[in-house]
Amino acid sequence: MGSLFENMQSVPLNHYIWFCAIIFTIGVVGVLTRRNAIVIFMSVELMLNAVNLLLAAFSVHHNDPSGQVFVFFIMALAAAEVAVGLSIIVMVYRNTQSIDINVLNRLKW
Amino acid sequence: MGTSVFYFVATLSVIFALMVVFAKNPIHSVLYLILTFFTFTIHYVLLNAQFLAVVNFIVYMGAIMVLFLFVLMLLNLNKDNEPNKSALLKVVGIIAGGCLVVTLIGSLKSVAIANPLVLKNPNLGLVENLGKELFGPFMLPFELSSLLLLSAMVGAVLLTKKEEKANG
Repeated sequence: MGSLFENMQSVPLNHYIWFCAIIFTIGVVGVLTRRNAIVIFMSVELMLNAVNLLLAAFSVHHNDPSGQVFVFFIMALAAAEVAVGLSIIVMVYRNTQSIDINVLNRLKW
Repeated sequence: MGTSVFYFVATLSVIFALMVVFAKNPIHSVLYLILTFFTFTIHYVLLNAQFLAVVNFIVYMGAIMVLFLFVLMLLNLNKDNEPNKSALLKVVGIIAGGCLVVTLIGSLKSVAIANPLVLKNPNLGLVENLGKELFGPFMLPFELSSLLLLSAMVGAVLLTKKEEKANG
C-alpha cells in the first residue's frame, strides 16, 4: 500500500479539485435534467461523493485526520438521508403511481 | 506507472458518472453508480485512506446501492417509462452545468495549490489513527450520528407504513 502511494505523490492537488468539480457538476446536471426522483437521488449521492473525495484529499494535503472523520460523518448522514428519501419516494409512488417529480408540481405553490 | 493510475481511474469515474445521469433505464443508472463508487474506492486507496476505502465499499456499494436497487425493483416502473423532459430544458440544464464547472475551476485556479500531494504521515488514514481521532475530539458528534441514524430508521419505517385510518 505504501509503495502504491509513492507513485501517487506527483498528482497535484489542483487535479483533485478539478476532478471533484467535474463530478459535482455532473451531479448538478443530473438533478437539473432528469425527472425520475430516484435518479435525482443518485445524482445527489454523486455530489456527496465528490465532496467526500475532496475532503479526503485535503486531509492528506494538510496531514490532518479530521477531514477523514468528516467524510465518515458525511457517509453516516448520506445513509440516513437515503433511507428517509427513498421511503418518501415509496410513499409518493403509493399515492400517485409515479415517481415523476412533475406530478408533485403543486409543491411549488 | 506513476500518476497515470489516478488519471485513468478519474477518467473512468467521469465516464461512469456521465452514464449514471444519461442512462435511460434507472436500473442501468444504479449499476453505473455502483461502478462509480467502486472507482471512488480506488481513489481512497490511492490516497492511502484505507478506512475510508473500506467504509465506502461497505456503506455505499453495499448498503445504499442495495437500498436503491431494492426500491427501484419494488416500484415496478417498467410500465411507465420516464417521460422525456423537453429538449430545451435538457440543453439549459447542461449549459448551466457547464457554467458551473467553468466557474468552479476558474475560481479555484486562482487559489493555485499546484504542489503535489505528499503524504507526510503514512498511517494518516489507517483505522488506528482515525479511531483515536473519532473517539477523542469527535466523541460527541459520533454519538449524535448514532441518534441521527436511529431517528432516520424510525422515520423511514413510519413513512413507509401504510396508514390504517386512510385505508379503513
